Amino acid sequence: MTSTYKDSGTASLNDDEEFTDILEERRRNTDLGYALRTFNPQPYKGAPSCSTSDLNKAVLESQYLRYIAKEIALETGSSVEKVRQEARGILEEMSHNLQLGFIRLMAYTFNKVFKRLFRSIYVNMEGLNMLQQAIQESPVILMPNHRSYVDFLIVSFVLFTYDIPIPVIAAGIPLASMKVVGEILRRSGAFFIRRAIGSDKLYWAVLSEYVRTIVRTGCAPLEFYVEGFRSRTLKSVVPKLGMMDMVLEPYFKGEVFDITLVPISISYDRVVEESLLALELLGVPKPKESTTGLFKASRVLQEDYGCMHVNFGRPLSVRQLCEGKINRSEYNLIPRDLPQRPSTEIQDCVNWLAHLIVRTQEEGALISPWSLMACLLLQAPITTLTEEGLQWHGLTEKTLWLRKLVLDFRGRLNWPAHTPDSDVMSSTVALHHSIVHHKAGRVYLVQDGNPASQDPLSPEEKVMRTAAAVLMLVSYRNQALHVFVRPGILATAIHITKSTQKDELFSFFCFLRDVFSSEFIFIPGRASQDFDEACSLLQKCGAVYISQQEVTVLETGLEVLSFLQKLLQPFLESYQLIFRYLCENGAHVFTEKQFLPAVRNLATKLILSGDLHTFEVLSSDTQKNVLSALRRLEAVTKLRASQQNEYKVNKAAVRRTGDILCKIICDIPVKIKLLFCVRLENFDLFLPCCL
Amino acid sequence: MSGFSDNIMRLSGRMLSQYPAQRDWDGKLTMAPHPGIIPTFSIVTLSDNVPEQEIMKWNGWGYSDSKFLYNKKGQAEFTGKRYRLSGMIIPGLREWMESTFSANLQHKTPAAPILNSSAVQPPTLNEAFLKELKSTGIPFSHDAEDRVFRSHGHCLHEIFALREGKIGRVPDLVVWPNCHNDVVKIVELACKHNVCLIPYGGGTSVSSALECPPEETRSIVSLDTSQMNRILWIDEKNLTAHVEAGIVGQDLERLLNESGYCTGHEPDSMEFSSLGGWVATRASGMKKNIYGNIEDLVVHIKMVTPRGVIEKSCQGPRMSTGPDVHHFIMGSEGTLGVVTEVTMKIRPMPEYQKYGSVVFPNFEMGVACLREVARQRCAPASIRLMDNEQFKFGHALKPQVSSIFTSFLDGLKKFYITKFKGFDPNRLCVATLLFEGDREKVLQHEKQVYDIAAKFGGLAAGEDNGQRGYMLTFVIAYLRDLGMDYYVIGESFETSMPWDRVLDICRNVKARIVRECKDKGVQFPPLSTCRVTQTYDAGACVYFYFAFNYRGLSDPVHVYEQVEHAAREEILANGGSLSHHHGVGKLRKEWMRESISSVGMGMLKSVKDYVDPNNIFGNRNLL
Repeated sequence: MTSTYKDSGTASLNDDEEFTDILEERRRNTDLGYALRTFNPQPYKGAPSCSTSDLNKAVLESQYLRYIAKEIALETGSSVEKVRQEARGILEEMSHNLQLGFIRLMAYTFNKVFKRLFRSIYVNMEGLNMLQQAIQESPVILMPNHRSYVDFLIVSFVLFTYDIPIPVIAAGIPLASMKVVGEILRRSGAFFIRRAIGSDKLYWAVLSEYVRTIVRTGCAPLEFYVEGFRSRTLKSVVPKLGMMDMVLEPYFKGEVFDITLVPISISYDRVVEESLLALELLGVPKPKESTTGLFKASRVLQEDYGCMHVNFGRPLSVRQLCEGKINRSEYNLIPRDLPQRPSTEIQDCVNWLAHLIVRTQEEGALISPWSLMACLLLQAPITTLTEEGLQWHGLTEKTLWLRKLVLDFRGRLNWPAHTPDSDVMSSTVALHHSIVHHKAGRVYLVQDGNPASQDPLSPEEKVMRTAAAVLMLVSYRNQALHVFVRPGILATAIHITKSTQKDELFSFFCFLRDVFSSEFIFIPGRASQDFDEACSLLQKCGAVYISQQEVTVLETGLEVLSFLQKLLQPFLESYQLIFRYLCENGAHVFTEKQFLPAVRNLATKLILSGDLHTFEVLSSDTQKNVLSALRRLEAVTKLRASQQNEYKVNKAAVRRTGDILCKIICDIPVKIKLLFCVRLENFDLFLPCCL
Repeated sequence: MSGFSDNIMRLSGRMLSQYPAQRDWDGKLTMAPHPGIIPTFSIVTLSDNVPEQEIMKWNGWGYSDSKFLYNKKGQAEFTGKRYRLSGMIIPGLREWMESTFSANLQHKTPAAPILNSSAVQPPTLNEAFLKELKSTGIPFSHDAEDRVFRSHGHCLHEIFALREGKIGRVPDLVVWPNCHNDVVKIVELACKHNVCLIPYGGGTSVSSALECPPEETRSIVSLDTSQMNRILWIDEKNLTAHVEAGIVGQDLERLLNESGYCTGHEPDSMEFSSLGGWVATRASGMKKNIYGNIEDLVVHIKMVTPRGVIEKSCQGPRMSTGPDVHHFIMGSEGTLGVVTEVTMKIRPMPEYQKYGSVVFPNFEMGVACLREVARQRCAPASIRLMDNEQFKFGHALKPQVSSIFTSFLDGLKKFYITKFKGFDPNRLCVATLLFEGDREKVLQHEKQVYDIAAKFGGLAAGEDNGQRGYMLTFVIAYLRDLGMDYYVIGESFETSMPWDRVLDICRNVKARIVRECKDKGVQFPPLSTCRVTQTYDAGACVYFYFAFNYRGLSDPVHVYEQVEHAAREEILANGGSLSHHHGVGKLRKEWMRESISSVGMGMLKSVKDYVDPNNIFGNRNLL
């Protein structure tokens, strides 16, 4: 018998959802017996069993690859045979070699490891049942979020346990180069994709044909991270579209009736790599993936990482989602096997779908009590956290208040049932002893670092040390952010515009939504739905009253609004600072390599002088997001010819954008009379209206 | 008045009862080689006949005496004497129907037995037109039965309504021109008095082409071409025949056979459909691989339009005289005028005919084989590939086996294919073949095709299976009536597509049908099956059959139409055509613009506007 528990914290929608601890049974039976269990999955109906060599052969001999090879041979002047040889090499490096024996080995090892790392691994059985059904009906794409290396094979592990076909998994090529482990991963179903493929036409062709063939034949479920990589910030990453394009093309071209997308949300109480991630964001390079590194990391086995939740989302039919959005007949006039650039309509649809999946992953993620505490801790002045300590009592009270708000906002909360709240609070803090400690009724930020015996730290080093701890906290806050973003942006808009006019608030809401769309996940084209959602959530929790034309702040809502506005404050401040840097810095052209440390230095200075209150601007993730926001605004352009990511900045445009955000931060009431909804493409039109 | 009507009844009949068709095992015409004197000029004249309405069902398919029913023992049998299957017990049909549709003999939905004339709206008559028509002596009638009979084709919704005794807008008058000149007179009068004309041939339309537009306020006259059914001459030097357009397929073949010739044009509806109808819809025949489709067979066309008569001045086999005006006529679906006479190619009757069949392990292999046959341009007269569901359906239609030995043999064959050869009975599929020509060449050809099939895992499965496959074609329309007695409704529709999309379209359309049925609340899984019926150099024609048990649905026809609509959308989205040979009618009009582009629509419209500015041919098909 496996134990189940009612996920009491989740919104009423999912009251019936039950999670099962899959480690429970493992703890009682032998790992070996488990690894050697009979594995008898029900595969996709009608799919011919397809061996690795069959798959590779089909790819190499595809009409598509022949065509591309000829084209490349013509362009480069080399022989077709040579190009095909090269393609064979690429495929060899890429292809998976899934073998059940290795899945058993993996299952055996994982059992050992997971039982040490985690108290429980909870899986929603309903989701698994739906997946099992879906797999028999159409090719299935498993789309988990990626928050830790630990989750790389977790889906395979769960599927093995429940007799569901093992997926093949898209992985980054660095994993392949790990000795032994790379090969084990390959045989556990991983296939490897180079980073920065750029304009390597042959590589794209081999990869896309490989992926399409897997989907088309339905020989195995395909798993990939739509976010493209492991999120260093534990915040959802704006999805990458390359894989998504390849995966969906067989549907667009009618080669399969439907494709099923299964968003999977993996949430951790505590992430194994938490400190590494923070350091990486601060510019300390990530250790190269290596087998020896993996063994060194084995000290993490000594720690307690709480629980892990794997939430299999409801399978989504691509056909249903795309209905009315696209016209597949655009593929009717060109042979299937020839490459065809999809129309903007299709591209938009892919982009929309990718965002939808990430949003669904967010909605399926479980928010831990610790995430709520992180939200609150970050709103305290930094000196309180590092020196005076934050009152435990106050924190508890606020956390419970926030718990109610999250439930009002329909967040999925992982708050243990039948446990006194005070126990939940203290056990949470105990689990995260690496970040905070609780002493004499107060909570302090733990700052890792050099023992006193060594040289005293310079002020800059001190900032970095604090930043590392803060960024760890930030990443846990980020796990809850998706629940608050939409109402948060509305709260910010209310705060800034001081307007009660719904139109005006909506315009400003759109503006902020556009500026921050590299930061948070907004489904394209759904601005008004997002706004409506924000309105209804704020109304639901009693913060505002919404009439036909107006949004009125209620006395009782000030606490909520102020919490939300403070939650987003670090983002506003960070963006503003970087805008300022770009305007004041002399050069018009800069490289990413110059940009990141320069911003970091400026920010450090301002933190020391007390002019900047957020450490988040030190994170390379934030810095890169600002760059991509500005590129979308066309205030910054990437130079095409450049080898080393050179950017050209349009200072006037950046300054104008910054001016608005400056007013936001300086809290000067800006009455923005917007006659039309702001789109960033119309940015220049927008500005005269507000200045 | 009644005497007048009687007179017309006699005239309006066909020769069908006089010449009960000799049907082969598969329901095809027997072709006895017919040496002897061949008249180069023959006119077939009418004699007294039983009226068409009496030998044909008024609310179902085909002859009144031929139908499927469950006898007292609960066994299926096919009545009548016309077909080889007639009078036989079909033991497997009941179980197939029960298991495929979850149909139940206890749940019956019988049709209204006779037409209730009071349900028919009284005719809107144009008195001035009527008066002048009378003076021409051309027979006409406004009897309710005559009008209802010509108010519909064989779409599901049309037959379903008739079975329920529901009658919508019907023609106000029926006229029976006897020759080209009669048609000229009628069209002139219609133009003069602004009367709407709807040409009527065999009435086998499945595109709502014969439905009277409900918005039509003028008097609607159905122009029945059935009396124009003579072969006017046969030209043996050029191998052509000049035929009146009202002649029905089986009569044309029979009469030509008597002279030792055939057209070889055999659409599945050939028992009832007319030459004029074939031209007006761009028909396709089963044996087009040898004889060609209607556009390949036609040498000369005469059509009466409101602007006058259109025809070419000579009978050259090919011309470069601008766009071929025949192509405005072929596929015009009765919107431009009435086709009255056609000169068609004829061929000496084939010396030898042989059926065959091949079993493939799965549909994919079957399609690959057909593609290869097309690539090598060695397709037999007919080659069709049935999917697994249709294979099972064909199996269920096997008549009672007379000897233990035959059933033992059948068992052995089954064992050989499924156990010894390892074919999965739920995946295997069958291609049926028909070879025609001189004996030696047929045998040679047969070997070539079987050799290709073997490369795709195909096993020769005998002549019987082949014949049964072709029989299905003719009886399937009768079967729909049986289904409708037991809550099962269905229909077939077709499309054409390039080779590389055949499998995708078959899979996706079948799946779409299943999904749509589920979404629309159909309680039982539907039958959703297809077959590849024609091969071309660059593609193929695919037929879909779709039927479901509608128990528990309040508006089954609407559900049916929604599903068919969705299936057509799926076809178009996957690169299939709007129609291969059924035509557009009113049923598929909405997709015309996307099919032929706005400019294309404009071209067709401008032709219509010139030829028929007052929309006399107002059936509103196509555009």
